[in-house]
Amino acid sequence: MLKKILYSLTAVLILVSIYLVFFYAPIPVDPKSAGGDPENFKIFYFHLPIAISAYLAFAIVFVSSIMYLKTKKQEWDIVALSSAEVGVVFAFLTLATGSIWARSAWGAYWVTWDVRLNTSLVLFLIYISYLMVRQAVDEPEKRARLSAVFGIVGFLGVPLSFMSIRLWNKTTIHPVAELNYSTFSPLLTTLITNFAAFFLLMASLIIFRIGVEHLKEKGNEMKRKNSL
Amino acid sequence: MKFLHIAWKDLKAEFRTKQMLNSMVMFSFLVIVIFSFAFGKESSIYISVIDRKIVDLLAPGMLWIAFTFAGMLGLSRSFAGEKEEGCLEGLKLCPVDRSDIYNGKVISNTVLMFLMEITTIPLFIVLFSYEIKNIPGLLLVVLLGTLGFIFVGTLLSALTVNTRTREILLPVILFPVLIPVILSAVTATGVLLAAGSIFEIAGELRILVIFDVIFFIVAQLVFEYTIED
Repeated sequence: MLKKILYSLTAVLILVSIYLVFFYAPIPVDPKSAGGDPENFKIFYFHLPIAISAYLAFAIVFVSSIMYLKTKKQEWDIVALSSAEVGVVFAFLTLATGSIWARSAWGAYWVTWDVRLNTSLVLFLIYISYLMVRQAVDEPEKRARLSAVFGIVGFLGVPLSFMSIRLWNKTTIHPVAELNYSTFSPLLTTLITNFAAFFLLMASLIIFRIGVEHLKEKGNEMKRKNSL
Repeated sequence: MKFLHIAWKDLKAEFRTKQMLNSMVMFSFLVIVIFSFAFGKESSIYISVIDRKIVDLLAPGMLWIAFTFAGMLGLSRSFAGEKEEGCLEGLKLCPVDRSDIYNGKVISNTVLMFLMEITTIPLFIVLFSYEIKNIPGLLLVVLLGTLGFIFVGTLLSALTVNTRTREILLPVILFPVLIPVILSAVTATGVLLAAGSIFEIAGELRILVIFDVIFFIVAQLVFEYTIED
């Protein structure tokens, strides 16, 4: 029941946020952020919430990895797996929406030296390899243990990557937010709605994925019972 | 200090055959030689200033490619060898803390990799005609970078030894985590090769030290979970 409420709330919020983005949200005219067609700024309302959601999903992987090693409860491993998978999808979407926006605003899909592009890419790569660790072990207990170790190590690498990439090249052509809260309030409303929508989407996807994992277990158990 | 015994055992076994060290040194030599062919005539000194600049841009990255790829050879064997002969069980039976096994392995891996590096650097200097003014500085950067590489690498090597695809998986999961080390080490090496002073690379050194400290501590905490049965 609670799940159903969450899912329907997510669906409604996503629809509302899409409506807001296309029919309500303003386009702040800023020559730095909106090269090319100024309409391209609208993708920002998706891009930022998705990026932050990806970071959040990976933080969940980190916390549940620690909790798994501490308690050895399989539940935490399932949480880690689910949020890692959802996080990888969100990280990919961050890169994809960013590239689309970049092509329109900066004239190139990828700008090698931009700090945030590289950090997102590193994040994406680390969690792809997290999923590869999971794939390479068959025994459930061992898989949970080893991937928890990598979940911790990988997450700690993220801030350091960010620092080193920043030191390597400080310049970013990402628009830096200087929001004037009173004048840009339609912008802020849209952004906050999008944040809420994508956080909820992330949460529902993770919960849904956890449910899938539970069903899988149930199926395996039934198979075992049948073969006996 | 019990981990010194484990390191000593590893090094003794290694220096009886020198199998690993020889292949690591040979491999990094080959990488350097192949790159010197790939850069073509630009790598020699009898060329214009502009061409020299291109070499200066690429050389530090190439040096670290040689180091990390050759180091990877050593790392992937570090625990795989123990596993094959069932020695890992013996190690686990040792009346020592689990993290002592890690520390011992770290020391032996660092010694091997550092030996490989200080034999590679002269060849690099000869082939690319560099004159290194600040040798202690370069050694410091190499040592800090190597330690970061080994701290994470030894932990992940113990992790991958339990998986199906061992040697293939290790580089795939190690390099994304190592990006801060490689990036800072390459930048710092580049500055030092261009006769920059050690103060210009304070930021890079700081990141290397922070990385080393963080991952050393984390590895002490989580290592036991990688070899647990």
